[in-house]
Amino acid sequence: MTDTGIGASVKRVEDQRFLTGNGNYTDDINRPDQSHAWILRSPHAHATLKSVDTSKAEAAEGVIAVLTGADMAADGVGGLPCGWQIHNKDGSPMLEPGHPPLAVDKVRYVGDQVAIVIAETRDAARDGAELIEVDYGVLDAVIDMDGALAGGSLVHDNVPNNRCFDWELGDKNGVDEAFSKADHVVSIDLVNNRLIPNAMEPRAAISEFDRSTGQYTLYTTTQNPHVIRLLMGAFVLQIPEHKLRVIAPDVGGGFGSKIFHYAEEAILTWAAGKVHRPIKWTAERSESFATDAHGRDHETHAELALDKDGAFLGLRVATKANVGAYLSTFGSSVPTYLYATLLAGVYTTPVIYAEVQTVFTNTVPVDAYRGAGRPECTYLLERLVNKAARELGIDPVEIRKKNMIQADQYPYQTPVALQYDCGDIPASFESALKAADYTGFEKRRAASEKDGKLRGIGISTYVEACGIAPSAVAGALGARAGLYESAQVRVHPTGSVTVFTGTHNHGQGHETTFAQLVSESFGIPIEHVEISHGDTDQVQFGMGTYGSRSLAVGGPAILNACNKVIDKAKKIAAHIMEADVSDIEFADGKFTVAGTDKEMAFGEISLAAYVPHNYPIEEIEPGLDENAFYDPLNFSFPGGAHICEVEVDPDTGTTEIVGFTAVDDVGRVVNPMIVAGQVHGGLAQGVGQAILEGCVYDDDGQLLTGSYMDYTMPRADNLPSFSVATQSVMGASNPLEVKGVGEVGAIGSPPAVVNAILDALAPLGVEDISMPTTSQKVWQAIQDSNVRQAAE
Amino acid sequence: MEMSGEYKIEAPRNKVWAALNDPQVLKQSIPGCEEIEQTSDTSFTAQVTAKVGPVKAKFSGAVELTDIDAPNGYRISGEGKGGAAGFAKGGANVKLEEDGSGTLLKYEVDAQVGGKLAQLGARLIDGTAKKMASQFFENFAEAVAESDGKETAAPEAEAAPAAGSDTTPLAQVSIGTWVVGAIIALGIIYTLVK
Repeated sequence: MTDTGIGASVKRVEDQRFLTGNGNYTDDINRPDQSHAWILRSPHAHATLKSVDTSKAEAAEGVIAVLTGADMAADGVGGLPCGWQIHNKDGSPMLEPGHPPLAVDKVRYVGDQVAIVIAETRDAARDGAELIEVDYGVLDAVIDMDGALAGGSLVHDNVPNNRCFDWELGDKNGVDEAFSKADHVVSIDLVNNRLIPNAMEPRAAISEFDRSTGQYTLYTTTQNPHVIRLLMGAFVLQIPEHKLRVIAPDVGGGFGSKIFHYAEEAILTWAAGKVHRPIKWTAERSESFATDAHGRDHETHAELALDKDGAFLGLRVATKANVGAYLSTFGSSVPTYLYATLLAGVYTTPVIYAEVQTVFTNTVPVDAYRGAGRPECTYLLERLVNKAARELGIDPVEIRKKNMIQADQYPYQTPVALQYDCGDIPASFESALKAADYTGFEKRRAASEKDGKLRGIGISTYVEACGIAPSAVAGALGARAGLYESAQVRVHPTGSVTVFTGTHNHGQGHETTFAQLVSESFGIPIEHVEISHGDTDQVQFGMGTYGSRSLAVGGPAILNACNKVIDKAKKIAAHIMEADVSDIEFADGKFTVAGTDKEMAFGEISLAAYVPHNYPIEEIEPGLDENAFYDPLNFSFPGGAHICEVEVDPDTGTTEIVGFTAVDDVGRVVNPMIVAGQVHGGLAQGVGQAILEGCVYDDDGQLLTGSYMDYTMPRADNLPSFSVATQSVMGASNPLEVKGVGEVGAIGSPPAVVNAILDALAPLGVEDISMPTTSQKVWQAIQDSNVRQAAE
Repeated sequence: MEMSGEYKIEAPRNKVWAALNDPQVLKQSIPGCEEIEQTSDTSFTAQVTAKVGPVKAKFSGAVELTDIDAPNGYRISGEGKGGAAGFAKGGANVKLEEDGSGTLLKYEVDAQVGGKLAQLGARLIDGTAKKMASQFFENFAEAVAESDGKETAAPEAEAAPAAGSDTTPLAQVSIGTWVVGAIIALGIIYTLVK
């Protein structure tokens, strides 16, 4: 046994370099003879490019080249691809308009790329961009989804009504029938607010081209270097894998926004092949706001049918999802298969029907952001269930308990495609109610009232699908890639180990957690283990990190490779200790012959594998280096209960979150400290969405929340001291029995916060409020309610 | 963004009008104005450098005049390009009214900014534009008083630097140029300060 195996709260080994300023981020890297790029972006949300005159810029001092969409088109460069094909209700495929990396005929959002200026210095590139004369033919912009669907201005000429697709899932007739028999129908209209991701490190890239080998290299801030190599190489630039190396070094946060293949990656790589110089580009913070793919942005109408006792009979959902100006890499899958397939939630609703329209608008593309589809789904369900409880006069706890899937019902087949493999939400819920002292709430409410404050408590119970994804299932649903993961476990001669993983660590702590898996498996301390990731020339293959998949899918790949190593090592041990392989046992880092005192240490076997003097050479090869690809059998299904308590100041509308309890089932916990940290971070983002964050474009498509003066991020003083705990049911469909924790906080928390605020405001007659529930909005809701009540 | 206001100038309307006809006065009055150039009977360009603390930015604006009703008022509209910083476009209705011994200058501005200007400066434009407006009128009133004193000296000579600079439209245009220019300038300032 080591004290660094599964279950140990090992301190994060990567923090040493991050906290001492020794991280190696893309912008820290400088290549010999490096030049610098500036991207000229459209200031208009929608305009034709009548002319782009680069002559003055090209003549400017220090400028090496100025390239435009016309140059790219002349070189036959392709458009940025979408990774998931969705079909319309009638079976026809979604419309996929072209997405040129540099705009060719039209610009479609503020920030769309118009030209790249490559110069000796960043300032020279920027000054050069000032000299480019662009003649825009300004067109009407379409910003809101209803306006876009009504026609008018078309973002893409070949997409009528700006509708990308009109998709459905579930049993429409069955739902109609359920509603016809219902005693109560509760309906709700919700907006899931558009968010700007705000990773701490802005996007950056360095491209280079080696004229001697014809090899391209791209350093980029991505969560999935192999996916970028695949998409950019095969679809955009036609560079085969063996001539394209993608390196994602330390990456300072992604939250989904660094999954996607961005235009700048393709532009820089292509341009390096033209100017034969390495090119560096680093986004400014204002570019991050304007051009990183945004998240959420749904408008939903939903109806829940109930019988007279409050049992759910059916659910009907109609959602409009904004995909922005172009289809980003996973923009089509987020509002469909990552959203509507979770609409059963934690409940036994027997029939469900959902229809989703996705809409092009003159805004930056919208794609996955921490939770991706599942926060939108959870928010909808938990707001709707609370509204049903209120309308039917049932306690929000009771209505949930009444309809919740019970532990003995797993595996549970939902009416919307997914089969939950294991879980026990009622147990998490009970624990959360106890931890939050739910029964003592009225006392606390009375105490707050004495202080002139309105106190409220809000519940959210949720389940999500992660561990993305079983390739065959994903493929059947339209994914254009496999979603397995790979690992290589290289045991060195003296017994230290390097693990190559296809996932990517950008804050999750993989270098610690994954090393703990190896420590556990081989019985060696984690100091003997190095986790290598992010370089396509080092790591055999991988699909990257998103959808809480790294441990659930990448972990078993590591485990399987470790087991292959142990199997081979046993053969070596059997040979040297002159025993039968079936008699070799391996525990605590030692190979022993059963029933004898013969033993060899892990390092002795690895040395024998590389110095094979006494070795079963006729049976096995020298070396101790194994790889494994793991494709999961099912998604994994973390879930749990979040309870939020707030105090609202009725005079100012200011909300203080005074308590937040989360009890989550994340399966087996490898590192409890990292799990708690992930939940804390997710909760902070969920609270941010609930009370602070909201992206606003004006009617002309100008981004009004484009800096920290106008876009509010959660800060420490917006958050309480969280009470978090895990309560797990083992049995997830992977050998580690892990479920994933990266997204649970952001998925479960927003409705808990909003339900708490509505509970606080309920005595004043406030029934609805939209995120973000800013002080101004809360105050306004109170005033409107006063006016309404005075009139009645 | 929309902004309106009025400013009392302690000089009779004909004096104000004369001052508005004097490019030197306008150059003095518009904060950071370096150049005014007439490109046709009804169009002009201006170059303005704005400086705040350590930040300095130069931008150019093109302006068109419509509804000229000298000496009562006009509609002026323009577009300024701030390069990578974005654009500003808009218009202003300007009126001169007699007010006792003085003149009341009334203005209504509507403007639209785009790109980084909108992203970083949109919500701050109102306050900053108002501040710059008061600076302009302060300078302008001072200049009117000065030109009043030197009226008999050589008003024509002062107009020498620019061809046709003593024509009525130029003066009117310059005010509009300032309005558009001010918007661009403050946008650029916020862009650079960020």
